[in-house]
Amino acid sequence: MAGAGGGHRAAPRPRSGMSEPAPVRRLLIAATLVVAGCVLVLPLASVFAEALRGGLGAYLASFRDPEALAAIRLTLLVAAIAVPVNVLFGLSAAWAIAKFSFPGKRLLITLIDLPYAVSPVVSGLVYIMIYGANGVFGPWLAAHDLQVIFAVPGIVLATIFVTFPFVARELIPLMEEQGTEQEQAAMTLGASGWQTFRRVTLPNVRWALLYGVILCNARAMGEFGAVSVVSGHIRGKTATMPLQVEILYNEYNHVAAFAVASLLAMLALVTLVAKAVVERRAGAAAAQITTTEVETEPQRREAP
Amino acid sequence: MKIRILVPAAVLALIVGAIAMSGAARTASEPIELLNVSYDPTRELYRDVNEAFAAHWLAKTGQAVTVHQSHGGAGKQARAVIDGLQADVVTLALAYDIDAIAKHTSNLPTDWQKRLPHNSSPYTSTIVFLVRKGNPKHIRDWDDLLRPGVAIVTPNPKTSGGARWNYLAAWGYVLRRELGDLSELHDPAAAAEVAAAEAAALTFVSDLYARVPVFDSGARGSTNTFVRNGIGDVLLAWENEAFLAAAELGAGEFEVVVPSVSILAEPPVTVVDHWAREHGTLEVAQAYLEFLYSPQGQRLAARHYYRPVSPEHADATDLARFPALDLITVDDVFGGWQQAQRVHFDDGGVFDRITAGGR
Amino acid sequence: MTRRHVGVLPGFGPTLGITVFMVSAVVVIPLMGLFVRSAGLGFGGVWETVTTPRVLAAFRLSFGASLIAAAINAVIGFLVAWTLVRYEFPGKRIVDALVDLPFALPTAVSGIALTALFAPQGWVGRLLAPLGLPVAFTPLGVTLALIFIGLPFVVRTLQPALMDLDAEVEEAAAVLGAGRWQILGRVVLPTVLPALLTGVTLAFARAVGEYGSVVFISGNMPHKTEIVPLLIVAKLEQYDYAGATAIGAVMLVLSFAILLAVNLLQGWTGRHREGN
Repeated sequence: MAGAGGGHRAAPRPRSGMSEPAPVRRLLIAATLVVAGCVLVLPLASVFAEALRGGLGAYLASFRDPEALAAIRLTLLVAAIAVPVNVLFGLSAAWAIAKFSFPGKRLLITLIDLPYAVSPVVSGLVYIMIYGANGVFGPWLAAHDLQVIFAVPGIVLATIFVTFPFVARELIPLMEEQGTEQEQAAMTLGASGWQTFRRVTLPNVRWALLYGVILCNARAMGEFGAVSVVSGHIRGKTATMPLQVEILYNEYNHVAAFAVASLLAMLALVTLVAKAVVERRAGAAAAQITTTEVETEPQRREAP
Repeated sequence: MKIRILVPAAVLALIVGAIAMSGAARTASEPIELLNVSYDPTRELYRDVNEAFAAHWLAKTGQAVTVHQSHGGAGKQARAVIDGLQADVVTLALAYDIDAIAKHTSNLPTDWQKRLPHNSSPYTSTIVFLVRKGNPKHIRDWDDLLRPGVAIVTPNPKTSGGARWNYLAAWGYVLRRELGDLSELHDPAAAAEVAAAEAAALTFVSDLYARVPVFDSGARGSTNTFVRNGIGDVLLAWENEAFLAAAELGAGEFEVVVPSVSILAEPPVTVVDHWAREHGTLEVAQAYLEFLYSPQGQRLAARHYYRPVSPEHADATDLARFPALDLITVDDVFGGWQQAQRVHFDDGGVFDRITAGGR
Repeated sequence: MTRRHVGVLPGFGPTLGITVFMVSAVVVIPLMGLFVRSAGLGFGGVWETVTTPRVLAAFRLSFGASLIAAAINAVIGFLVAWTLVRYEFPGKRIVDALVDLPFALPTAVSGIALTALFAPQGWVGRLLAPLGLPVAFTPLGVTLALIFIGLPFVVRTLQPALMDLDAEVEEAAAVLGAGRWQILGRVVLPTVLPALLTGVTLAFARAVGEYGSVVFISGNMPHKTEIVPLLIVAKLEQYDYAGATAIGAVMLVLSFAILLAVNLLQGWTGRHREGN
């Protein structure tokens, strides 16, 4: 997982004297640019090209459709629930796992990782087996007039599942690396647990947290497979943006389909830019922590 | 410590619960909402029908009604209703899929098909061919499909209702070609002849599916594959789907070819009693389906290339577009949908053997 | 990390409580539900479902295409990571950011974009069709989509490993007269191999389960171009819940095994780096 790979700091300058001959270097760079062009840019470009095929007017008109607007609203709602839940969970998990040792820790981490490797279709299927009319809780939910599957809660649950590891897996390695010395110092100086967390831990992991949130959000808004299984595909009601893309595509409304797709592609681009910015700031912050923070932080912390 | 665990958990439960309520609670007060769970190619038809019905209902009762739509392969849609999709009415591609809902749930009675006229089908359709401009492969009838170099696009019969009609139409064509008179199927004296004809049909259909490059899960996917992505020489399609594609997706780029024999497809509609009762929409759901049989509903069906069961209500110009052809029925040739499904499409059935052998 | 922290830092109980609650509610209980449902079939039933020719063919395609895609990604990913870490060139930052695109782009969007590109009338398909090289709706198309979604995994796990490479080792090898290829093969590659393998395994794991981007470009023909996740969906649509859960459960076990392999690899990577 790109996230799980962790630590993407800004690349250091290449070491001198240790490189390939110039022609080889140029060849490799050219090859990379070709890969980036063919594999990465071309699909992206085709989305926008198809979306604008009918001209800018038709493109913009796609967003005035009430169903498209409903899909955008639903996607935002789902992300607005799934992301905070995952932030809360990620912070708890990282605190418990990184700052303490207990038996079964590795197992817990593997379980948190599991949604990375589970096919989105299987995750959707799982929720149908649990909350569907024939599922384990199906009769109970029906008796209490609650609907999970084919309604917003099912979509939210499936989204939480697929985005489950993102925040936690960004935070755990970093917080493990940082150890507990700073927190312990704060505690001995009289800070409460909550203060310690807010004033010491959170600032130290804020970039990783933000990074996790960005990735989590991108996936939450873009998930197709799992959501497709648990959504009833009701236009204007349970269709998220990726599902709306499919619906429009199947209605021969290609301009509108690619228009909604282009919105998602723009989200991806914004995500990439935000990520790059966060990485740079995080790199700068990491350099700072080792020098200044150690000296200044304790003084600040004495105040309360 | 215990309390601190419980607080966030409770908050979470509240949030999830609140959303669950908002999703589930459909108030019985006006305006009213209906959910019509339908199959793939009816998207355009029901867009118009829903609008007309809303006006009709408002004029009649003063109540505003919004009909929501969900579309997909018929199997997938029926499966969603079985798993709890709260459809007030289902309008699917074939009776078998509604039978499946009746069988797997207690949402509607098993004799649902007797509740409305014409086997609960307000419109019928059939299977025709869609070819590219100028018909470059000279496809006129079923036999032409098996000429060398012809690639055929049809969806997966396992998941698409339309695809099952395609398959049975091809099979029925061969029986008709071999036997001449389909009444022989029910004549014990002709058993040997029938067996030979069935064998010929198996060979024909096997050859046909060996020429399919892409299997989409629904009829719409296949039309997109053929029309947009330029795959294949001929699309086996619903008549309405073929006409729609020919008329509206790049006019003049495609031609509809009507084979000598095809199948009478009866896409049925019914109220899902359980959910309609639950939502308090029984009356409006019933009226919605009856509206399909009304002169206005029949006219709309014909306009969207569905054959109305009461053609006298449709516009003559719309009716003129339907070619006359020899239509076989599932009941006559295959002994009904349950039988056809079991023999041909269930796991281990004829279709599975065909695709397994066609590797 | 030792036990003594427990006494000093607060919040172990609540945070572990939330974590265990969430892991149980979101991951463990739902996944257990799948096993409970498939247990109704019995081991024999699951085995029978999973070993039918159609399911086996789907597994062959899913694993075969994922393996090929992962292998190609190992080469392309290494190339891209190496270039990004070692060389300076205009547009480097953009390329670096773009590597994550397949990850950030919703899978359905990648699916229709790739199909639009490689269909016989698409930008690329138009060029390939005369060569007799159909990509869309063939196993080749499936592999291509999997390469697309797997690339960031390899690049992103390799990059830090390549940055951490000790230049002195390479210099020493060069001083001792080793050629550039020898250095690459004997010094660089062995050092970053664990990271490379981790990345490739992650790409593989993601590829095996991938659905959204593949269904559009795959022909979805049973026995030929039908991937396992699609088969699960197809089984569901035939009301074959038992079959769908059986295949789902097998996929789940495989996912778990792959993850375990990744964790072991990462342990190896850790030891390797400490060894240095």
